[in-house]
Amino acid sequence: MSNDVFVITDHMDGKFSDVSFEMVGKAKELASALGGGAVAVVVGSGVSSNVFASDSTIHVDDAALSQFNPEAYGKVIEALVKEKSPRLVMFGWTATGMDLAAWLSARLGVPCAAYVKNIDADLTMTCQVYGGKMSADVAPEGDMAIAACLAGSFPAEAGQGSTAATSIASPVSLDGLKTKFIEAIKPAGGDVDITAQTKLVSIGRGIGSKDNVELAEELAQKLGATVSSSRPVVDAGWLPRTRQVGKSGLKVKPKLYLMLGISGAPEHLEGMKSAELIIAINTDKKAPIFNVAHYGATADLFEVAEAMLELL
Amino acid sequence: MNIVVAIKHIPSIADDLPVKGNNVDFDSVDFVLNEFDEQSIEQAVLVKEAVGGTVTVVGVDLIGELDAVLHLALAKGADKAIKVTADEPSADSHQQAKWLSEAIKGLSPDIVFAGVQASNDLDGQIGPMLAAYLDMPYIGGVSSVEVSGNTATVNKEFAGGFGAKYAVSLPMVVGVQAASKPPRYAPISKVRQVAQTAAIEKVAPSGDASAGLTFKKMAPPVVTGHAEMIGGSSKEVAAKIVELLKSKGLA
Ligand SMILES: Cc1cc2nc3c(=O)[nH]c(=O)nc-3n(C[C@H](O)[C@H](O)[C@H](O)COP(=O)(O)OP(=O)(O)OC[C@H]3O[C@@H](n4cnc5c(N)ncnc54)[C@H](O)[C@@H]3O)c2cc1C
Ligand SMILES: Nc1ncnc2c1ncn2[C@@H]1O[C@H](COP(=O)(O)O)[C@@H](O)[C@H]1O
Repeated sequence: MSNDVFVITDHMDGKFSDVSFEMVGKAKELASALGGGAVAVVVGSGVSSNVFASDSTIHVDDAALSQFNPEAYGKVIEALVKEKSPRLVMFGWTATGMDLAAWLSARLGVPCAAYVKNIDADLTMTCQVYGGKMSADVAPEGDMAIAACLAGSFPAEAGQGSTAATSIASPVSLDGLKTKFIEAIKPAGGDVDITAQTKLVSIGRGIGSKDNVELAEELAQKLGATVSSSRPVVDAGWLPRTRQVGKSGLKVKPKLYLMLGISGAPEHLEGMKSAELIIAINTDKKAPIFNVAHYGATADLFEVAEAMLELL
Repeated sequence: MNIVVAIKHIPSIADDLPVKGNNVDFDSVDFVLNEFDEQSIEQAVLVKEAVGGTVTVVGVDLIGELDAVLHLALAKGADKAIKVTADEPSADSHQQAKWLSEAIKGLSPDIVFAGVQASNDLDGQIGPMLAAYLDMPYIGGVSSVEVSGNTATVNKEFAGGFGAKYAVSLPMVVGVQAASKPPRYAPISKVRQVAQTAAIEKVAPSGDASAGLTFKKMAPPVVTGHAEMIGGSSKEVAAKIVELLKSKGLA
């Protein structure tokens, strides 16, 4: 049992995601309150790990870890956490962290909080739930807790530094894994690049059907804009994957982001919150998007879009 | 091939979410099928159509209303439905995952599907926990699954269209983000018909695994900003938006 705070960092193609630095910064603050150290944990090979402001950095370097493999990464992290018994283990609520945090908590029988936006010195955690409509405060019991943190919750600068990492071999055997990495998948090209557009008309599930997409296309054309969307629109097959904005889609920063029928879930916000002018039309006055948009109207998107078409 | 799908019904986030005590008041909200479970049911049925087998849907009945989503799953192509009769709305994810894993073990699954997450998560997702309790590998954020013999080939999404392809020896647990095809639609008439004829197997909850996370408070988030709201009729809203865009040289 120690009072250390572990940060399981997240990287792709040799580059750490912002949330890794954000968590290290927060871990330093928490560790000093708890009387322990902030430990950055890097699992992977071919990544330069002397980039954190942590008190120490452990780099588990093994050829079998050169690509993300949830089974291999999970085994390594479990062994390390069991050996060092930190007070708190932080993961990013990312494509990698989502595979590992809850798994580790079940393996170790320790509490886990997801969608963590803030952590107090007594380890009370504030979590965003119900698509950003609600916020919950939870307190973990016991000697160890796991926090899966939302990107953008803490400042990244505080975590950037040059602490020299200690490289170690994998603490567990990585032979006989059931999961094998086959190949990387690259984005499909051949469509407009929404990240390069200055104006986007973005549609969400509120658009209702594939046929209604045409209305957004017409409005976009009149505005000299391109149509983008939230994830459900793409999953329903109404627009191609290349138009998806958000966590698992693309990050955009247009001059205009006009939103029709998008609720503003945290995963969508991750892709567009730094747009210069955000205007949201939504029938639900409590939609979380109104906490982020610059202008909003509680109105029917079809009525507003049609009226705009007449005026343009 | 024994294909199992864990499904969950959750409060609809399209509605207001009144709070009672330190949680959402489950009695005054509508429950819907978790959107990612709609995807995982589709993915499971696609696998069955490709290689043969049985799709069993299973859920922990937390508020006594699970039948509706089990019927929906059956109407969409599942063959069998099981509910763990817990009637404990406040059971945490660890506890639910334990009950589910005990119910699923007896089915000798070759592949278990879960949704990548549900919006009312507090203590992590059940998919990876199921994998831990069943001692199977897990991959989440999956947007396509193909099974051949004893191996599943799955595509996992990262961000921006990047991803990775993995081959996994079965059995495994898959956390579905999206099915490889948009989910099929089950007409209401079919769901009604299923509701009248289908038998849902009941299983008593077994196993203990609460992890210890105490709720202190549930409330709408403290916000630092709010949009400037444009009032009036839809026509007036449209006029004001067009005016705003013109004033900024954006229209
Ligand atoms: C790992 C992971 C990654 C994800 N990645 C992404 C991502 O990259 N991008 C993304 O967008 N999501 C992503 N999601 C999904 C995300 O959690 C939300 O489910 C999604 O953003 C919701 O999309 P939406 O706002 O269109 O739909 P909903 O949340 O269903 O909102 C629809 C909105 O339309 C409004 N509406 C309905 N009818 C009308 C009308 N006539 N006029 C006006 N308004 C109307 C409703 O009030 C509602 O607010 C991800 C989820 C996970 C778990
Ligand atoms: N009570 C439950 N019964 C059955 N499956 C569940 C239950 N809770 C969660 N799941 C599964 O776990 C996935 C993720 O949900 P959650 O763990 O709540 O994020 C869901 O999409 C379901 O597949």
